[in-house]
Amino acid sequence: MKIEGNDWFYSKEVKKHFLEPKNFLKNEKEIKDFNGYGKVGNVKCGDLMEMWIKVRNEKIIDVKWKTFGCASAIASTSMLSEMIKEKKGMKIEDALKITGKDIMERLGGLPSIKVHCSVLGDQALRAAIKNYQEKSKKA
Amino acid sequence: MKEIYLDYSATTPIRKEVLKEALPYFSEKFGNPSSFHSKGLETKKAMQNARQKIAKIMHCKPEEIIFTGSGTESINLALKGIAFKTILEGKRGIFITQRTEHHAVLETLHWLEKLGFSIIYAKIDETGKIDLEYLKKILGENKGKVLLTTIMYANNEIGTIQLIKKIAELCHANETILHTDACQGAEYLNTNTQELGIDMMTINGSKVYSFKGTGILYKKQGVKLEPLIHGGAHEFGLRAGTENVPGIVALAKALELAEKEKKKERARVTKLRDYLIKKIEKEIPQVLLNGDRTQRLPNNVNISFKGIEGESALLRLNEKGIRVSTGSACSSQSLDPSHVLIAIGRNHETAHGSIRFSLGKDTTKKEIDYTIKELKKTINFLRKISPLWKKNKEVKK
Repeated sequence: MKIEGNDWFYSKEVKKHFLEPKNFLKNEKEIKDFNGYGKVGNVKCGDLMEMWIKVRNEKIIDVKWKTFGCASAIASTSMLSEMIKEKKGMKIEDALKITGKDIMERLGGLPSIKVHCSVLGDQALRAAIKNYQEKSKKA
Repeated sequence: MKEIYLDYSATTPIRKEVLKEALPYFSEKFGNPSSFHSKGLETKKAMQNARQKIAKIMHCKPEEIIFTGSGTESINLALKGIAFKTILEGKRGIFITQRTEHHAVLETLHWLEKLGFSIIYAKIDETGKIDLEYLKKILGENKGKVLLTTIMYANNEIGTIQLIKKIAELCHANETILHTDACQGAEYLNTNTQELGIDMMTINGSKVYSFKGTGILYKKQGVKLEPLIHGGAHEFGLRAGTENVPGIVALAKALELAEKEKKKERARVTKLRDYLIKKIEKEIPQVLLNGDRTQRLPNNVNISFKGIEGESALLRLNEKGIRVSTGSACSSQSLDPSHVLIAIGRNHETAHGSIRFSLGKDTTKKEIDYTIKELKKTINFLRKISPLWKKNKEVKK
């Protein structure tokens, strides 16, 4: 995949989301309104992501995240959160179809060594959905 | 936006005076030093002159200076040169080193293992300093079998300075010799080979405000090496190939300037270094200095910031015009963080969160103040979005 721009290490889109990330969790108090939570990655590899989703009528209407990792990990999570929120939310069945490749394409590509960062994003989302589904089963 | 370069340990710019000295040797004085006419004699003399200048600085004989194409090549020549000599005698032997060495040492020795040589790693403490008692013990236990001990003068990542004079004494008392990688040390530390009692020393141009692609191996008379590159009889038969005359002239000038200004520059940079460390420790919570506080290169600051990943910090600082480096895996081509930080016992999170600021000739207090201001903002932001950041938690090493 082609990497745009020569003045930076990543694409313009990665740069934008890395420098001005969207939808990250600003305040722990916000969590109580969310009904799905996922955490993936590990510190050893240098990437760790947490994701909170707010589901109403099987539709994700809001998403928040926190990420420890490199620029591409931060940008991937930010981009994913935008993808979910951009059309006033996303049905769970559609959200489950998002792949690392989709995130990467929207980011204008990632260097091959960084591909795992985008995969981590969709894994965090799946983990949050799974958590929501388990909780709603119990309820 | 003004650029603040704090990565002098990666490489330095070429000093004006150095460039000026070298320029005539690119076009006007282009002769091959091996040519038997005036044009050749001109560059032959320039090379002799350069070799003499360096020998004077390093307190050795001119014929003990071998010019190479890089610091890495110089290290390869020292280690493989001894190994190949040993192979030709039908023997093998032991190399002693330690785990925070540059890859040029570690990978070369690792490869030599395939040829039947073995490596013993000396122990280091959590600041990266050699455990001298343990070194003494392994040198004693392997007396007669150790071909060479190679211990760096100062570490490129954490700045820890080794007591190489003492280490050389231990080696000699146990009938072996010492090579030291002095690439980071040459600009600021004593390179008097007699005083230090060193048998081989590596220096390169790109760390002393001279050319990339230039290096030196000081090799004490009597130390026997096989060449890596065969061909003509250049460099006393140890490195064939027409000499890089401008690079050699430049290197001599650079080392001469470094030597002249060493004392003053060391004091100036040390002051800035300690100011930067003090300010970071005061203004940013949960940080950890990597390396030793005093037995440290004057220009090295390496600090781990709890809860953040180094590449993110590096790139955000880069946006503010500040150029630094990190021990995080993400900035390398592998998924492992700095082998140096792991070797001194840092955990992965701490290693991933490390930033190295390496100061240099043009670094000013104003630049340091701006760096601290931007660093504070960068770390605060990255901690805000980090799942690992919990306030008031104790810093784990």
